[in-house]
Amino acid sequence: MKFTLGWLKEHLDTTADLETITDALTDLGMEVEGVTDPSEALAPFTVGHVLEAEQHPDADRLRVCRVATADGEKQIICGAPNARAGIKVVIASPGDYIPGIDTTIKVGKIRGIESFGMMLSEREMELSDEHDGIIELDPSAEVGQKYLDLFPSDPVIEIAITPNRPDALGVAGIARDLAARGLGKVITPEIEPVKGNEPCPKPVYLAPDVATEACPLFTGRLIRNVKNGPSPQWLQDRLKAIGLRPISALVDITNYLTYDRARPLHVFDADKVHGSITVRLARPGEKLTALDEKDYTFDGSETLVCDDNGPEGIGGIMGGLASSCTDETTNVFVEAAWFDPTRTARTGRRLRINSDARYRFERGIDPAFTQQGMELATKMILDLCGGEPSDIFVAGDVPDHSRSYSLRPARVSELVGMDVARDEQTRILTALGFGVTGAGDTLDVTVPGWRPDVQGEADLVEEVSRVVSLSQLESQPMKRPAGVAGQVQTPMQKREFAARRQIAALGYNECVTYSFIDQASAALFGGGKDNMRLENPISSEMSHMRPALLPGLLQAAARNQARGYSDLALFEVGYAFHGGEPGEQHLLASGLLTGHTGPRDPHGARRPVDLYDAKADVEAVLSRLGAPAKLMTRRDAREWWHPGRHAMLCLGPKNVLAIFGEIHPRVLNAMDVKGPAVGFTVFLDSIPFPRQSGATRQALNLHDLQPVERDFAFVLDAQVEAEDVLKAVRGADKKLIADASVFDVFSGERAEAQMGTGKKSLAVSIRLQPVSATLTDAEIGDISKKVVSAVEKSTGGVLRQ
Amino acid sequence: MDGIADLRDRYLNEIGGAADEATLENVRLAALGKKGEVSLLMRSLGKMSPEERKTAGPELNALKNTLNDAITEAKDRLAAAALDARLATEWADVTLGARPSRQGSVHPISQVTEEVTTIFADLGFSVAEGPQIETDFYNFDALNISPEHPARQEMDTFYMARAEGSNAAPNVLRTHTSPVQIRHLEAHGTPCRVIAPGRVYRSDYDQTHTPMFHQIEGLAIDRDINMANLKWVLEEFFSAFFGTSVKTRFRSSYFPFTEPSAEVDIQCEWVDGQVRVGQGDDWLEVLGSGMVHPKVLKAAGVDPNEWQGFAFGMGIDRIAMLKYGIPDLRAFFDSDLRWLRHYGFGALDVPTLRGGV
Repeated sequence: MKFTLGWLKEHLDTTADLETITDALTDLGMEVEGVTDPSEALAPFTVGHVLEAEQHPDADRLRVCRVATADGEKQIICGAPNARAGIKVVIASPGDYIPGIDTTIKVGKIRGIESFGMMLSEREMELSDEHDGIIELDPSAEVGQKYLDLFPSDPVIEIAITPNRPDALGVAGIARDLAARGLGKVITPEIEPVKGNEPCPKPVYLAPDVATEACPLFTGRLIRNVKNGPSPQWLQDRLKAIGLRPISALVDITNYLTYDRARPLHVFDADKVHGSITVRLARPGEKLTALDEKDYTFDGSETLVCDDNGPEGIGGIMGGLASSCTDETTNVFVEAAWFDPTRTARTGRRLRINSDARYRFERGIDPAFTQQGMELATKMILDLCGGEPSDIFVAGDVPDHSRSYSLRPARVSELVGMDVARDEQTRILTALGFGVTGAGDTLDVTVPGWRPDVQGEADLVEEVSRVVSLSQLESQPMKRPAGVAGQVQTPMQKREFAARRQIAALGYNECVTYSFIDQASAALFGGGKDNMRLENPISSEMSHMRPALLPGLLQAAARNQARGYSDLALFEVGYAFHGGEPGEQHLLASGLLTGHTGPRDPHGARRPVDLYDAKADVEAVLSRLGAPAKLMTRRDAREWWHPGRHAMLCLGPKNVLAIFGEIHPRVLNAMDVKGPAVGFTVFLDSIPFPRQSGATRQALNLHDLQPVERDFAFVLDAQVEAEDVLKAVRGADKKLIADASVFDVFSGERAEAQMGTGKKSLAVSIRLQPVSATLTDAEIGDISKKVVSAVEKSTGGVLRQ
Repeated sequence: MDGIADLRDRYLNEIGGAADEATLENVRLAALGKKGEVSLLMRSLGKMSPEERKTAGPELNALKNTLNDAITEAKDRLAAAALDARLATEWADVTLGARPSRQGSVHPISQVTEEVTTIFADLGFSVAEGPQIETDFYNFDALNISPEHPARQEMDTFYMARAEGSNAAPNVLRTHTSPVQIRHLEAHGTPCRVIAPGRVYRSDYDQTHTPMFHQIEGLAIDRDINMANLKWVLEEFFSAFFGTSVKTRFRSSYFPFTEPSAEVDIQCEWVDGQVRVGQGDDWLEVLGSGMVHPKVLKAAGVDPNEWQGFAFGMGIDRIAMLKYGIPDLRAFFDSDLRWLRHYGFGALDVPTLRGGV
């Protein structure tokens, strides 16, 4: 909402300066978004008198002018077609900044002839877009006079209006708030009814489908013999100042009242309106070309203003082109009606029309002001265009929105924590137009028609505290729990935080990627289906909810690789989605490694990342989160993992706690990521929480006897898994074998040459922990035999000779 | 027994002259070995008369001890010399780079979320959560935003697609964390003090807006909590968060779900294009807040005649930018490794109150 200071002062008698006013507006809830004060930019410009204008010898379009200025006679070159001797002009001198061309001018030569200044057009002064020629001032302007003295500037104030304040979409409403704050007195002129010369010849009929709700009130009046044309300068200036284009007096009047009183109106060319006026709901398929010259087709839910031929306007939103006023219009039919906010909003949204009228009707304007708006419009039309008005035709009644609420003055203190005397509360509400009566502990407050937002006591408390000013609110300590602050995170929240810190500690950089990704990437990870599609994505790159975190990390990897960073360790902890309903989200932690373990180094430590890097990290995370140590390994994860180089770590056959491995080369290719790339995902929701709740650990049992280590090498089929061998080894003597691990694998061509096709060798180390006495060689020999036979039995492996 | 003195002098000479540990060992064997000269003399003691033994015994023992001491001393000396000689050949270029190790980092959003959580935990606020895909009831209606309310249109909402022919209202990506107010009150009732951090979504993308960002919701409901309490809580929070006393300014505003409503500004100053919070005369808008609207309490099953309290919503990304001087919101979600390393936090930098968040 824009208005000028001068405009405001037509409604508010105040001595407050601009800053006081803008501070108060922001504080009252009408946040000032900008103040444009042209006076600073226009200050240097003065009046000049062109004494002579002669053709430039070397340029057809230029004239060499001799100009009387504040600093004496100057030679100025000018290209404007209207530059001629005798006119009074606006002069900029060397050193002055010209806002419209963003330049500080200096003495310069134009086609060989020196120029000591510039004569300005409206566009160069940023007064308008007018650039057909330089400004010609009234001959009475005096040479050397400041331009600003001739045309005092009027600062433009732009404020943000919250949706609850339709009344502040008119300057008069803004003035009312400021006056309540104590910044002056409201001087909005009284409205005098205009007597009609004849009964209104165009009757208005409200169809039953609109009369009760959509349009309960419609007033109309015919004015004959008006003369349309450009509106007077003051009106044009005012509209231009707030960014509206002056069109013609009749149109400008409706725009003016929209901003002055938040009262949208419409003026039809009465000669183009056939027969009587009917307000009714649209019929599906009906069409209208509106004032914006666009065609609209209705679905039956819209309120239309029709004549005998059909639709002539969309109620509360925009008039029709066919019946609009032109310069030739002589008889007009003026409309002031009240349209239902909800229906107006829905219609405007469906038709995608954003008009000043819709903006006000959908927020709810004062129904009681309908006929007054009509009188005001009539008066302005008669003043500016002449004419003879008819009586007002009133169809329907002013809808009754009257309501009143009890306000306990003590509530202001209870709810806000601010003490405001009862009398002051009464004064404030009265100044805002509320009716206040009552005595004792409650006030009875009736709500004025322009405040549809006020719906209860809490709103009245807000009005009081708002006008007093919340900036005066002083903080009061809130009671806090006694003693040491307790735990506030749920176990799952703790887990999320722990996973994040752990993965960062493993050397990964945390990313926060968008929750929505493109369909192709989502589809690579089992998503991209319609149930996770956004209806109105901001771009095709963000069209589907992510089914996993890896696609976002892979995209991030591709971007970093394109910037020249290829050794990456990225991770994210966050929600992925498995459906489009609330709660169809699950918490994941995913990590991605690409390239090498580090930069090239002189120690030979660098190597490409592989799945065992991912395995180490996923095990560290699972351990940190308290997952059971013994997990089942499965190899049948989804298709974005390398089929032979991944594993799912499960608790039982169904509950997958984590997956790690190489990303499928096809996926890397599709996402432009250069491999190798390995990753992991931990399903944070799936890990059971430890049953034990106390802090006590199990007792630690240590043995004093020296442990013994023995190594074995087994020849096995190449696809026998190490875990199966170790399981057999451990099972050979559960009491004495404390630990078993693989410390070497010999496989591939050379191994097969030695041990036969399809064979490999695994070297296993066992650690024997004697419990009661040192082991004898014979005892150790017995255990070794048991180990060998257990491995042979369960895997077919034999001791390598 | 002059022989013993001679023996001592000879072996001490040989011990002193041994150039390495092998020569020294030979000397030891010659003197003290099983068949060494001194050992043989010791063994001859048995054949002596008691008188002879009285004098010879102590002399031989003294000789043996002297030689043993000399050998030990020589051994230590030779070992030290050998170590010196070895160390003289051992040298490394210590300016060579270390074996590389990766440095991980925590994203500023996570860090700031933990900081905020830590501070509010001390004030007795626990952490609540809610789904990111919401029904229009929780995101709008329950928060007093009716279907045609202009505030709903101003939200730039993302809608989830509905199957063709479905008449159900589409779900939305939550436009704010405020739906958690309703879900929390429904599940846990009153009184309550919670914060709810999380992702929110609005269809807006330019210099200062991203279609996804992070908010933290605050909600405190009790019998007598008022707006002045809200101001106190926020000032306590901001002072702890920025590590300096921060004043706030409340400005009247409008949110459908609070009444009265206020925008909250924090005190700041601009120095060379950088904002300094907690000093100067300027104000910076950081959050929206107010007293929970009676209709919202009712929608959540709470009797507004008995209970009242405040709610606020604050941008996590925004306060992270303010505190850590991060210029561009869009970069938060770009995962540029250089940015992650520069603005990220160490894995062990867990915010604590005792250490000052």
